Amino acid sequence: MSIPKPGPTPVPMSKPFWSATAQGQLVVQRCQGCGTHQHYPRVVCRHCWLTELDWVTCSGDGRVWTYTVVHRPGHPAWEPEVPYVLALVELDEGPRLMTNIVNIAPAEMRVGLAVRAVFDDTADTSLVHFAPVDRPLPTP
Amino acid sequence: MTLRNSAAVVGAAEVPPSRTTTGMTTLDMIATVAAAAAADAGVAKDEIDGLLVGPQVGETPQHVPATVAEYLGLRPRYADLVDLGGATGAGMVWRAAAAIQAGMCETALCVLGNIREGDPPRSPNRNPIREFDVPYGGSGANQAYAMVATRHMAEFGTTAEQLAQVPVFERANARFNPDAVFHDKPITVDDVLASPMVMEPLRLLEVVMPCGGATAVLVTGRGSARRFRRRPVWLRGAGEKVTHRALSQAPELTTSPLAAAIADAYRMAGVGPSDLDLLTPYDCYSIMLAVTFEDAGLCAKGSAGPWMAEQDFSHTGNLPCNPHGGQLACGQADLAGGMAHLVEAVRQLRGTAEGRQVADPALALVTGNGATMSEEVALVMEADS
Repeated sequence: MSIPKPGPTPVPMSKPFWSATAQGQLVVQRCQGCGTHQHYPRVVCRHCWLTELDWVTCSGDGRVWTYTVVHRPGHPAWEPEVPYVLALVELDEGPRLMTNIVNIAPAEMRVGLAVRAVFDDTADTSLVHFAPVDRPLPTP
Repeated sequence: MTLRNSAAVVGAAEVPPSRTTTGMTTLDMIATVAAAAAADAGVAKDEIDGLLVGPQVGETPQHVPATVAEYLGLRPRYADLVDLGGATGAGMVWRAAAAIQAGMCETALCVLGNIREGDPPRSPNRNPIREFDVPYGGSGANQAYAMVATRHMAEFGTTAEQLAQVPVFERANARFNPDAVFHDKPITVDDVLASPMVMEPLRLLEVVMPCGGATAVLVTGRGSARRFRRRPVWLRGAGEKVTHRALSQAPELTTSPLAAAIADAYRMAGVGPSDLDLLTPYDCYSIMLAVTFEDAGLCAKGSAGPWMAEQDFSHTGNLPCNPHGGQLACGQADLAGGMAHLVEAVRQLRGTAEGRQVADPALALVTGNGATMSEEVALVMEADS
């Protein structure tokens, strides 16, 4: 029997984020005071500590800040997936998030690659992945 | 008011790292190394009135200082828990000095230890890393340092061959340390490049090996430091910086918070990189040492790859670095692995490093690094003159 992958663990503050990904949208918080975007969700703006934060929909575009190709996962549930691409993507809006880059061969990966958010609506998961902008995911 | 030369390490001990431990609890391990450090210093148990410990994953999740104090029969006036990952050991030293200077204690025991019987329990985290990183297969430390290495390579053209020099020179140094897990097991750059890929671009021989073990130091104030049997090793400067926990939240990838911590330590010490006789930097991965050399001002940002090739890091070289072999050659006894860099600096600066003694070192830079290159401490330690 395979080991189940640990999925997201939403907390009240982050529920809007995961609700949006389930709808195929990427949302982050924007501070009403200083205008800074942030991810992950917090009760305060990490820049100015204002508590008035709006949820805004991102373009879904970003660039690979850095990445690794995983051959020996830190968690056994991912062993059947190797090699897979784990990346930090910098959104055009500024925040960075961990994700997987899909629809690309590991050898094609590079820092600075332009990527776009893709959502897997075929599974009971609401993770957000990214694919090269010139190579969107085929429609399932 | 400064901590500069306000306190000294007067005793140090280590239970050398081993792949597995049996028949001991964490408290047993801590007590073993604590008693050894006191014996090393010639400090009587009842002279210890400060206690600094680290977090424990399973055995004692809370009340750690009280539990350790009770086991050891200590009744400290200052009891604390320092939680800075691999920087915990270095972070304990300046805290002990500050407590001593403030009159809250006179002689402090800083102790870290862990057992290793099979695989440790998985992290019970319920924090943002668990929520936003783990679901993508981003568990553990390897991925973070691999991503730092990827970025360093992309920005500066650093190569796998250049990073492979790190475990090669540390294994060479470990030929003079019989306590190292990889004592007398020298490797070549080709060996590193042929070792299994863990997370690109980091290969197995560039990744530290988890072990059990323990370390302890005794810190005392200026007034009593020369009372004990060992030459004191002075805290000349200290700096600390914490910037993030998850790598996605790091302000930068190729400059670590150590840059700020080391700059503060130099400033307190009134020294610069060219004054150092010895380096004992934290080395959980090849890339960590490369970034540290740059952040210590020993070479320009981005130039560690070619710069390392021109250095002789052996105990007789132009720039002795981790003469004991560092954690890449000794193994990493969890948090004690970080303090092992301090223990080596202490041995060197008081002239008790035996077969790997650097010739009369006066100043050493010690660094500690925790989590995802996020929580950092730098110490400048000085030999007694």
